[in-house]
Amino acid sequence: MRAGQSLRGSELRRMEGSRFNTGQLLLVISTVILIITVVLPVAMIVYNVFFYKWSFDWSLFASMLTDPDNLAAMWNTVKISFLVTTLGTVVGLFFAWLIGRSDIPLKGLMKSLFVIPYMFPPFIGAMAWGLLLAPRSGYINKMFMALTGGRTPLFNINTLAGIVFVELCYYFPFVFIQVSGALERMDPTLEESARIAGANQMTVIRRITMPLVVPAIAAGAMLILISSLSHFGVPAILGFSNGIFTLPTKIYELIYRASGSFEGIRQGASLSILLVAVVVLALALQRRVLRTGRYDIIRGKSMRPMLIKLRGWKAPLLAVCFVFLAITVILPLFTIFGVGLLKAYGVPMKLANMTLNNFKYVLFESRMARDSIRNSFFLSITSAVITMLVGTMIAYVIVKIQPRGKGVLEVLGILPYSIPGIVLAVGVILTWSGAFYLNLYNTIWIILIAYIARYMAFSMKSASASLEQVHDSLEEASRTCGASHFESLLDVTLPLIRPGMVAGFFLIFLPAMRELTTSLLLYGPFTRTMGVAIYSINEEGYTVQACALAGVAIIIIVLGELLLRFVTRERRGQ
Amino acid sequence: MDMVVLKNVTKFFVTKAFGKVTAVDDVSLNIREGECFSFLGPSGCGKTTTLRMIAGFEDLSSGEIWLGDRPVSIKTKNFYVPPEKRQLGMVFQAFAVWPHLNVYENVAFPLRIQRVSNAEISDQVKQALKHTSLSGLEEKYPSELSGGQQQRIALARAIVANAKVLLLDEPLSNLDPKLREIMRFEIKDLQKKLGLTIVYVTHDQAEAMALSDRMLVMDMGVVQQVDTPTNMYNNPANRFVFSFLGLSNFVPVALHDGLVWPAGSASSSLECEIPEDWDDDRAVLAARPNEIQLTPEGGYRTRIKNRVFLGDYVEYRMDIGDTEIRVQTHEHRDFQVGDVCGVRLGKVKWYPAEDEVSDEERERRKVI
Repeated sequence: MRAGQSLRGSELRRMEGSRFNTGQLLLVISTVILIITVVLPVAMIVYNVFFYKWSFDWSLFASMLTDPDNLAAMWNTVKISFLVTTLGTVVGLFFAWLIGRSDIPLKGLMKSLFVIPYMFPPFIGAMAWGLLLAPRSGYINKMFMALTGGRTPLFNINTLAGIVFVELCYYFPFVFIQVSGALERMDPTLEESARIAGANQMTVIRRITMPLVVPAIAAGAMLILISSLSHFGVPAILGFSNGIFTLPTKIYELIYRASGSFEGIRQGASLSILLVAVVVLALALQRRVLRTGRYDIIRGKSMRPMLIKLRGWKAPLLAVCFVFLAITVILPLFTIFGVGLLKAYGVPMKLANMTLNNFKYVLFESRMARDSIRNSFFLSITSAVITMLVGTMIAYVIVKIQPRGKGVLEVLGILPYSIPGIVLAVGVILTWSGAFYLNLYNTIWIILIAYIARYMAFSMKSASASLEQVHDSLEEASRTCGASHFESLLDVTLPLIRPGMVAGFFLIFLPAMRELTTSLLLYGPFTRTMGVAIYSINEEGYTVQACALAGVAIIIIVLGELLLRFVTRERRGQ
Repeated sequence: MDMVVLKNVTKFFVTKAFGKVTAVDDVSLNIREGECFSFLGPSGCGKTTTLRMIAGFEDLSSGEIWLGDRPVSIKTKNFYVPPEKRQLGMVFQAFAVWPHLNVYENVAFPLRIQRVSNAEISDQVKQALKHTSLSGLEEKYPSELSGGQQQRIALARAIVANAKVLLLDEPLSNLDPKLREIMRFEIKDLQKKLGLTIVYVTHDQAEAMALSDRMLVMDMGVVQQVDTPTNMYNNPANRFVFSFLGLSNFVPVALHDGLVWPAGSASSSLECEIPEDWDDDRAVLAARPNEIQLTPEGGYRTRIKNRVFLGDYVEYRMDIGDTEIRVQTHEHRDFQVGDVCGVRLGKVKWYPAEDEVSDEERERRKVI
């Protein structure tokens, strides 16, 4: 056929080959999945709060908003989050700086120890602290009263201060991790050139180092703020008995008290909107703060930064580190396992009173505990696999295909991240208990759907990161070799990001194993998760059994964490 | 006057994998006022560590450092002046301009630390920016500027407080080759204009030769030679210096019957004069590719193995005994692959046969 000869449309169509477009298909699937898992629950909350029997009615919302109890809960939430964020930032910053820029010994060890509180489920920490510092029965308070002979406890953990303290212990690593990372990646010559310019060490910290890590501090602080705003476990365990409520625990209480009636759920949904409004406000604040500075501080050859000599301060500061770690990590851990080994709650912690019966009970005898372990494994593995696959697909669409409207996908994907777990649970209840001819309430599937929505942001983030490492030309090369878009994706891109996907699996599996908030609103008679089982056994007063099950959960999480490290180390070794 | 004096400066690190590693080994030198002095050597040779000891970022393991008549590090007396009190200017490879400050504030920083009045700061910054051709960019942030401009900020910052000694740590190696050449001249100009004493660290021999009044070549922590660029190029003290200053051929030879026999060749010898004081029966001859002559007749007869036309010159490869050499020539006389020609090594340097550091030792040093 001569060039330039005119061709008929059908001939052209034939020469074009298959018109099947993988990219378009993936885009459609991704959007549909996100709408079902993310948009629907949120829409249902809004609809049910502001509409009653198909007509607009905001009297419920108004009455909820003016209820002094609810306002008190909101005020508590704001107070706790503000204090936890401020103190957590100070603590995280202090330790990050100490390890990153001073000549304190045992850095490697301390760095891994300081990340431990990050994996510790905060509600188990709260249980431990309750056992230690409850006003009358807490071990430390009893010891203190025995020593002083008085009747005043050392510290009452069932207070706002107690809640702040426990949340602080487990949230400061957000800032620690962010700032350590920034200090590590920061080009040391930025600080050295200030020294040469005549600035002493304190001036360098104040005028150079600090301003440069401000974005990292802000990012970490906002993580703390958002997490503590939506946090449920600690205030639930420490606050209920003393009538201290936060917005998340108030939502739970409203729904729980109404024992599943629609009115209670609607009330909970109203408070959910209030909570989301607070979180969105915090996120907007974060946007503002982060925009003020995003510097490129990672450059140049890596040289050891100049370390500040602590001299006489070395020993005291090292002691501070270890005391802090002992308090945040060792003491709660010791308490959980110690109490879990006791014959009965209240007997002195002596070897003679120790038994393995509680562990035997939760692992083999109690149907509820055994079920909960099985359910948690099922839910964590299933949700991690599904979320990882779907998240990778969505990330692929966003990073590689870059269709018009990818911004919508991005927002939809990270939306659940800013929606507190308790709110998501309310939305999932409203969506999946018959509103769309499908009633999943009291089944395990409703929890699965909630987990998938909740962890989608994690998986999208990690998948985007690994996809950005795969250069476009690799897939292009495959397509020049004759592979279709789909084949290139399967044979080139996927194998390259597989290690990232494995790591992504664990990043969902581990938080899902210790999940409490969402499951607590969604569980049915046979679908308790480990978090729910620990929480309800503890609430029913079976303290030793609850501790034993908490001990089992901690062991599973630690093993998972070790496996994750092993997997990611192997990846780096390649 | 000597502006920078090092007396028996030694620095060792203790590493887990290799134990004690000497990074800088007993270095003594005097850098004179107004001189541009380069430290040249491969990566890991100790040149940067030496510079950082002068700056005060590394402590010495032993020895003394003086800046002019002022001691700044004396190990035996445990005397150590911190970097900020040494009144130096320094420019780093990665520019190290502060991303949160604009050009003006970056350059003004040393003066702000000294609590100079605002009017004076304005004057001096203006002056420094003029010297570094940055006038008009005061309000810009580093991220808005090119690599060359960022390095100029660093330079302006180093000279703004009238430091007499400037330490430059591979300041041009992050720039592209063209810009590198321009900046080289600008630094030289600035040095002359302001009468600066410059200590310049680089691994680029062309840069060192172009800039330096004197330079030293360092390898594995030991100073190999200190001299002017010309002298050093013409009389390298050892094989290492020879090979570091340009392209090189090394031909191991044996001496007997008053003739020079390249290793692997029993039948023909090289036409070359044996130095009178040479008393070993082995040696390594060093020759630059552009100083070797090829002739149709005479010389060491060998076959052309490879020929590449490179515009300015033609490069040939051939064997002398069992050593392959490369030759670069401008001569119109053209040989083809397979032709037999004669080789005259020309001006050769004689070095002892055993004069090389094991690769193992080199690797070990690189780790730190």
